[in-house]
Amino acid sequence: MAEPRPLALSHLRRLEAESIAIMREVAAEFRKPVMLYSIGKDSSVLLHLAMKAFHPAKPPFPLLHIDTTWKFRDMIAFRDQRVRELGLDLLVHANPEGISQDINPFAHGSALYTDVMKTQALRQALDIHGFDAAIGGARRDEEKSRAKERIFSHRSVTHRWDPKNQRPELWNLYNTLLAPGESMRVFPLSNWTELDVWEYIQLENIPIVPLYFASLRPVVERDGALIMVDDERMPLQPGEAPQWRSIRFRTLGCYPLTGATPSTASDLSAIVREMTASRTSERQGRVIDRDSAASMERKKVEGYF
Amino acid sequence: MTVHHAIIGRTPEAAWTYAEDNAHDKPTLRLVTCGSVDDGKSTLVGRLLYDSKMLLDDQLDALASDSKVAGTAGPALDFALLVDGLQAEREQGITIDVAYRFFATRRRRFVVADTPGHVQYTRNMATGASHADLAVVLIDARKGVVSQTRRHSHILALLGVRHVLVAVNKMDLVGFDADRFTTISVAFRTMAEQLGIADVQCVPVAARDGDNVFRTSGRMPWYSGPSVMEHLESVDVADGIEGRPFRFPVQWVNRPNAEFRGFSGRVASGTLRCGDPVVVHPSGRRSRVSGIVTADGRLQQAISGQSVTLLLADEVDASRGDVLTSGTPPMVADHIAAHLIWFDDEAMRPGRRYLLKSGTSSIGAVVSAMKHRVCIDTMAQETALTLEANEIGCVDLVLDRPLVCDAYRDNRDLGSFILIDPFNRRTVAAGLIDAPLRRPANISWQTIDIDKSVRARLKQQKPCVLWLTGLSGAGKSTIANLVDRRLCELGRHTALLDGDNLRHGINRDLGFSPEARVENIRRVTEIAALFVDAGLITLVSLISPFRAERETARRRFATGEFIEVHVATPLAACEARDPKGLYKRARAGELSNFTGIDQPYEAPETPDITIDGAALSADEAAELIVRHLREHHYF
Repeated sequence: MAEPRPLALSHLRRLEAESIAIMREVAAEFRKPVMLYSIGKDSSVLLHLAMKAFHPAKPPFPLLHIDTTWKFRDMIAFRDQRVRELGLDLLVHANPEGISQDINPFAHGSALYTDVMKTQALRQALDIHGFDAAIGGARRDEEKSRAKERIFSHRSVTHRWDPKNQRPELWNLYNTLLAPGESMRVFPLSNWTELDVWEYIQLENIPIVPLYFASLRPVVERDGALIMVDDERMPLQPGEAPQWRSIRFRTLGCYPLTGATPSTASDLSAIVREMTASRTSERQGRVIDRDSAASMERKKVEGYF
Repeated sequence: MTVHHAIIGRTPEAAWTYAEDNAHDKPTLRLVTCGSVDDGKSTLVGRLLYDSKMLLDDQLDALASDSKVAGTAGPALDFALLVDGLQAEREQGITIDVAYRFFATRRRRFVVADTPGHVQYTRNMATGASHADLAVVLIDARKGVVSQTRRHSHILALLGVRHVLVAVNKMDLVGFDADRFTTISVAFRTMAEQLGIADVQCVPVAARDGDNVFRTSGRMPWYSGPSVMEHLESVDVADGIEGRPFRFPVQWVNRPNAEFRGFSGRVASGTLRCGDPVVVHPSGRRSRVSGIVTADGRLQQAISGQSVTLLLADEVDASRGDVLTSGTPPMVADHIAAHLIWFDDEAMRPGRRYLLKSGTSSIGAVVSAMKHRVCIDTMAQETALTLEANEIGCVDLVLDRPLVCDAYRDNRDLGSFILIDPFNRRTVAAGLIDAPLRRPANISWQTIDIDKSVRARLKQQKPCVLWLTGLSGAGKSTIANLVDRRLCELGRHTALLDGDNLRHGINRDLGFSPEARVENIRRVTEIAALFVDAGLITLVSLISPFRAERETARRRFATGEFIEVHVATPLAACEARDPKGLYKRARAGELSNFTGIDQPYEAPETPDITIDGAALSADEAAELIVRHLREHHYF
């Protein structure tokens, strides 16, 4: 295998071609697909691939952002700018019940907050619009239960995932048949790793939220995580005072639940270098994964992405 | 942030290719682990991840605390917990579903599909194998080659996984015995040779402790071969796919405006240059590629695995499910022979309609003939009427419309399919195409001026087939003979095809195995169809024990042309009559495959006419049939 074969696709081009093929299958096989857009780096790659898959046409499905109302301000600004630049349809949904009860990560804890503002909100949005397929940016290397999930992942009428009864997925053949009310979650980035995503962002020069690049930002250290104080809603505990530190994010979720990494990596090659040397996984910065050993699986069973 | 300059100044192709894109790009090896339950598959995969230093600090911390709670390795780390990620898996300490894990060493990237060992999850093993270049087969050194090893190896051979690494695991539990390792290796190699698996490497391993996993172990000095990882890093799995004909299943037609009509898809095999001639299948229309479109610009060339959009020079019609090809033409067939791996708890039912999905085509399909089942323990082909979950067999399929395909051995993408149950939407089987059974491309229909309707008018009757089915000795031939006489007396034009008589002539080369019976019925059906074309009321008297074959026969005719008559005489009555003395011989074991004795009879579920052969005389039965014809205006 030492001799590179001139007509073989490179690793990243092969991943790209596979993801494009998956998106085209979704467009061809489903009645009303949608693409989940959570503004993070995986979403940015997903969006970039969707633009490629249907070129010169626009992607034949809208984007959907589940707004928990606790996203970083930079993320929302970036979202609106990207959608404008690309001329795409964006749907935004926040759980009105959650908003009226002011469900937030500080007062209600991450588990309830995630359920109401993410899982339930997503289920509501899919039901309201009657989407039968939702494309998401999850990767198998993120988490153990994700590693078990199919590329075309079947959901019941109540959006539940049955990990013990998944459809066999042989070759590149996907069973896309649904009963009325059932839906499919589709993961074109299943076979990508975190490093692949960064290398691809670098290769393709894909725009990402500036929070991924190191800069001086106000943070407090809480439960071993560096939490950025993004707006005045964050209640400071006695003795806590935001400090300005050079940080960046490996993963972007809701700001009170996403830990930052001390870093000086302010461009993509520095980030890729930092990634290669890293001794921790990206999910380490996600507070919600720490709830319990199988928490991701349980959330997914209930309809979380 | 200006990374874009990196590809400026190159042709778009250059950015795609291996060498230009990234000089350090490592080749990827896709592997599947298989073997029986508790052979240590997950432990081996976990160990490979651990030893390749792919585990990060927080993952190691989690493993350490998980091992204390759910581990089966005592105080040590339980590596299986790295991959058994589902709650139910941890609770039961088994693998239920495929997990895909990624890791890399200095020389290669690896994608591992860790698959379950339980028989009931064989479909998940096959799923993993369909994506693999190489399989790691785990064998417990204490148990040797077991039934599940054979089952998995057979599936590997069937799916074309030509490289196998046999990890003879738990060597520590047999005292690192060299003879034990040799015995197992020889047994596996013998089986692999039978199956046609060309490349086998056996390694003695203790996965839990890491012996011969990453580095060769000091505890087995008698072993001089490579460690598991040394082999995985160096094995050459190039499959010689270069030079294969171009195949491009159309996924989606890209029409952003009236000026642009492109065909989007992924190149399944071969290469294509701009300007090359292509054929659109199944229509057979020809054109030329006038453009290869990507978001990064037009390409001069598209290669295997690439997702592109093709423009054609002519306004030819093509849509999803069509295949653009060049070079050796593909098969275009509506009748195919295939291997099936049955997944579903509900057994395969010949005659039942499934949805066949191959490439970008979805087509209705019926199993027209069950040819044989493979006995996993002996590899022998045995007769069977159906396939149960996790069984492998060989069948013929009749499709609603022609499928563009290749044999699986020539092209995995165009030779593979899945069957879906259209009612419950489950994926019920994986299929591998062996050959087409007809080549409509080579035979065209001769148009005949005088057709069925002309002859029918002339004879003042509606031609049809009266298909008499029932046990041997039920009275079919006697009744058919009387019906024939009665119709002749009424001035009707008839023909009588009797199973026994045909076996003296056109079918004398056929025996009584299920395969031979299928062929017997196929021939009789075709002859009956010719007689119907000639305007005749055609009587067929045949045991025809299998529902599926009678259904296949029915489909050969137009609605109302096929009249199924069940001569329903109970087995005891038939056996008591025994006009040819056959039951006696069958009971004495002199005849095999005898319907009702050692082969089942599947009675019609909704026959057009039922004759109670015990209650009615042959004359009364004949009268009943003639009356049916008259009442339904056949004359």
